[in-house]
Amino acid sequence: MAMDDLKLLETVERYISGQMGPDERMQFESLRKTNPDVDQLVVEHTFFMRQLDRHGQTKKLRNRLAEVHTDLAAKGFITPPASRAKIIHLFNRYKRTAAIAASIAGITALAISVLVSSVTPVKQKNEIELLSGEIKAIKNENRQQDRKIEEAKRIHTAVPPAAPAITYRTGGTGFLIDAKGFLVTKAHVIQRAKHIAVQNNKGKDLKVAVVYMDAARDIAILKITDTAFKAAPLPYSIKRAAAEISEPVFTLGFPRNDMVYGEGYLAAKTGFNGDTLTCQIAIAANPGNSGGPILNRSGEVIGILSARQTTAEGVVFATQSKYIFNALKELQKDSAYKSLKMPAASSIKNLDRVQQVKKIADYVYLVKVS
Amino acid sequence: LVLKKDTLVGDEKALLQGLASNDRKAIETIYKLHYKMVQGLIVANNGTAEDAKDIFQEAIVVLYEKATSGMFELNCQLKTYLYSVSRRLWLRRLQQQSRYLLSDTEHEHIAVEDDTDAHEQRDLEFGLMEKAINSIGEPCKSLLEAFYIHKQGMQEIAAAFGYTNADNAKNQKYKCLVRLKKLFFTQYKTENGDG
Repeated sequence: MAMDDLKLLETVERYISGQMGPDERMQFESLRKTNPDVDQLVVEHTFFMRQLDRHGQTKKLRNRLAEVHTDLAAKGFITPPASRAKIIHLFNRYKRTAAIAASIAGITALAISVLVSSVTPVKQKNEIELLSGEIKAIKNENRQQDRKIEEAKRIHTAVPPAAPAITYRTGGTGFLIDAKGFLVTKAHVIQRAKHIAVQNNKGKDLKVAVVYMDAARDIAILKITDTAFKAAPLPYSIKRAAAEISEPVFTLGFPRNDMVYGEGYLAAKTGFNGDTLTCQIAIAANPGNSGGPILNRSGEVIGILSARQTTAEGVVFATQSKYIFNALKELQKDSAYKSLKMPAASSIKNLDRVQQVKKIADYVYLVKVS
Repeated sequence: LVLKKDTLVGDEKALLQGLASNDRKAIETIYKLHYKMVQGLIVANNGTAEDAKDIFQEAIVVLYEKATSGMFELNCQLKTYLYSVSRRLWLRRLQQQSRYLLSDTEHEHIAVEDDTDAHEQRDLEFGLMEKAINSIGEPCKSLLEAFYIHKQGMQEIAAAFGYTNADNAKNQKYKCLVRLKKLFFTQYKTENGDG
């Protein structure tokens, strides 16, 4: 922001609010006539200042109304309707108890599941178009693939065309924890999905199966079913110990069809309402970031991004990485997954961030559901 | 029932003036006189006491917008106006839940669609500004609120926010304002479909 622009804005504001003397006013008005940019700024700023003023007034009124309502209700001028009065009284009486109970873990989890919905994609008013566009694109891709499959089939056998295309939408993010194709993501991302697929950084779709899901801890492990799948050894490791407050962290995720990088720091060792399963991160996250890895500067995964608080900006919660170990231990009770092994050390410790991200990007997937 | 503005009962005129200047006493009086009626309407149509509170307060905001618009002419009693607006607002909510029926309590009502439609636009703008203000972060948020909402002087603001002088505070304020404008207009253009 250049100094001159600020000066100009200040002048415009003095003009709009009538703080100019007659001479200065005349001078400014002639400038306005000859300079369309200045004129445009006056028009725009007048509109904006009216919006800002109205906003302030309405906010004051709304506060006043809330205040009057509470006051009159306390004095008995406002009485709740007769038929429903009982229920409301009961609710009011138990509200305090309910609030105390809410701090108990079980209900905290419930509160978090409400929060969670905000990081799982929702169709917001102005995002509807975008979202449907995305679906169309994916659909087209699917069609093309289906066509290719059909062609291949027609060449080899005479089998009739395959089943109709599945329409996927963005669910969230997932990342590999084993080079054989095991991915971890958030359970809420895939919870109500009929079909799940993952898409790698190059836009390639891969089929997956859910091999482990723990809704209470909100962790799921997926396995890429393509038997030919084999990734190079993982660049990052999963950290067992908790991260330290103020430690810088970064994440990669798919709030949209392309991978998006974000950075922040560990804000608290506990999550929403002191929840010990999660930790609090100050980072920008959007719907679709759910399930993304939170890494520290050494390239160690310290958490899985899970939810953001809707009532505050930049407050995001992540499931602590030690719960990935717990999930793995559970999964390994099944002998089929005995050989699953998470990398013990990060190989990107001493690289700069650009190089780190470049290496990690191939291991972070877009999780698509339908 | 068409009562012209000049035949409005003197008391109601004073009430509206009071409302327009955010006078607590006036708002309290309007509340005491008409809240029960609106609550009756909402509860008779599947609403809760909480819904009644929301709708009544929103109806007062509509009335306020009209009272401060400069070309205000209330062609009926305050009671009828508030009832009609509340009725319309509640009907809209019911429609959003795909329910279209509303049974009136014994009060009469007039057409207020123009006012409630205008309010919808204002409410949308309010939401956009609220969102923009909440996302600029501190100290910008408090700084702008102190100046533009609480109308504090630059000297006072500089002291409160720890700026060495009023000029520094002013520069910071303009920087914040530019950011707020950008946030607001980006959204405004998307919402209004010309961006």
